[in-house]
Amino acid sequence: MAETLLEVKGLSKRFGGFVALDGIDLSIDKGERLGLIGPNGSGKSTLVNCLTGTLQNETGTVMFEGKPLNGLIAHERTRMGLARSFQLPKPFHSMNLIDNIRIPLLYTVNARHGHHLTDTAIAERCEALLRDVNLADKARRRPRDLTQVEMRKLELARAVATQPTLLFADEAMAGLSHSEVEEILAVLFRLNEEGLTIVLIEHIMSAVMSFSTRLVVLVAGHKIADGPPQEAIRNPEVERAYLGE
Amino acid sequence: MRAPVFWAIAIAVGAVFILLTRSFITNEYFYFAGYVVLEYIVLSTAWNILGGYTGYTNFGTGAFFASGAYSSAVLHKLPTLVHNVFGWTIPGVPLPVMILVGGLVAGAMGLGTGYLTLRLRGVFFAIATLAFTIVVQTLIVNWDYVGGSRGIYIIRPAMSPITGSYIQYLFTLMTILVVISVGIARSIENSRLGMGFASIRDDELAAEASGVPTLKLKLIATTLSGALMGMAGAPLPYYVTYLDPTSSFNLSYAVNSVAMPVIGGMTSWIGPVIGAILLGTIQQLATVTISSALNLLIVGVLLILFVIIAPNGIVGLVNSWRRREA
Repeated sequence: MAETLLEVKGLSKRFGGFVALDGIDLSIDKGERLGLIGPNGSGKSTLVNCLTGTLQNETGTVMFEGKPLNGLIAHERTRMGLARSFQLPKPFHSMNLIDNIRIPLLYTVNARHGHHLTDTAIAERCEALLRDVNLADKARRRPRDLTQVEMRKLELARAVATQPTLLFADEAMAGLSHSEVEEILAVLFRLNEEGLTIVLIEHIMSAVMSFSTRLVVLVAGHKIADGPPQEAIRNPEVERAYLGE
Repeated sequence: MRAPVFWAIAIAVGAVFILLTRSFITNEYFYFAGYVVLEYIVLSTAWNILGGYTGYTNFGTGAFFASGAYSSAVLHKLPTLVHNVFGWTIPGVPLPVMILVGGLVAGAMGLGTGYLTLRLRGVFFAIATLAFTIVVQTLIVNWDYVGGSRGIYIIRPAMSPITGSYIQYLFTLMTILVVISVGIARSIENSRLGMGFASIRDDELAAEASGVPTLKLKLIATTLSGALMGMAGAPLPYYVTYLDPTSSFNLSYAVNSVAMPVIGGMTSWIGPVIGAILLGTIQQLATVTISSALNLLIVGVLLILFVIIAPNGIVGLVNSWRRREA
């Protein structure tokens, strides 16, 4: 039986009178490739924000590797092994690519108990991470010199630099061409093969269907489907949410 | 260049500067004017730790600066107070101790202000710091022990603890503060802390997601920045000999400490130094040759020019020329 990595029970989040998430239950197993879909405004990003600590949920519990996450702020969760990429890439504009990767190595890996990477080790790891996403030749460039797909790759590399056990890839393929989507998918598949559990939040259905081993569908803050992708998308509620009555 | 080497060079440059000025310049006015320029180097360097490195615009320089000045005024009156209350006679507090205390007081204020305001961002943070100045000024205006709104006269000691006049002593102390503040700024810039500050400036959410403890780092920045501003303000009572809320909380401190790094360049330690030397010298020359009323006008005009022509300041301009040459 697969080991549970993340366990969410009854998670709710409101923005004033608007209920963004309502009693979400979710369990993610180690090594899983989970697709999280839903129409715009369904609460996908809010869920990611609540799980990674950018937002605090009002009700519900979140357990990660058996430890409670409630009350922990974002950087503490990152240090525990939860990483995320952002829907709109958020690179550190004033730094070159190496330094963009160096930040999580300095503040996450070196902050963990028993870890202390030397300057040389950090430099080597930065180069390796950039090489893994084919950005090694632009290591000394600034993010403004990158294309959209390269920016997405940098975003993923920076998240992976935290040495996470669970990665939330929030619309990592938005606005990319078909071949660029394939490039990002290849990166995600490789990371998963290396043991990283990945939650893919995405609108590009072909990518979600080819990547995910399980699909969770959110609509208006409620989870309406959770299961194998082919089954989930045939769920009448999911069809109604996407195609209407 | 590694931090210890930079510190050694900074100390050597400071020592040579003091020796040269002491050896070749006897005109007291040079020290009066030079003190102000040096003071602005400390203030703008201190401002830049929070404003330039971390990206939080602080308009509360006056509050931190004046808290240093008023802590010195309190310490200046301490022997009299102790004598009146306990009948004990204690020696006067030396100015270097006053500077340290000024730094501690302003640093504590920076920490407190940080806790209260650092959840605000952008213009809201800037407004909060401006409001903070008004709050502190109001407290001082209503504190009779330090003269309230009418101010307080501070009799400068007749003798300087070192050779030369008292203004030369103040000039020397301010040079030491310049070395300390520039050394700290340069050490931060090239450290893990400096990278953390830069990540907050670039994108706070991304920094937090990368494991950067943003609140802790911002509190370090406000505390350090406030402490250095307080240290710069601590010798003020002995420089002006009359300390009052209107002049010590003057808006020009806030405006100059913002303008100087903007003009010099905010992402490097040298930027505020260049900006302070340039703007401070122009202001001093204008004060002597035209009118002191022109000071803020000069700052305003230069600020507008630089924001339009060179938004990254002189350092940014030089760097872009270098890149083009390469």
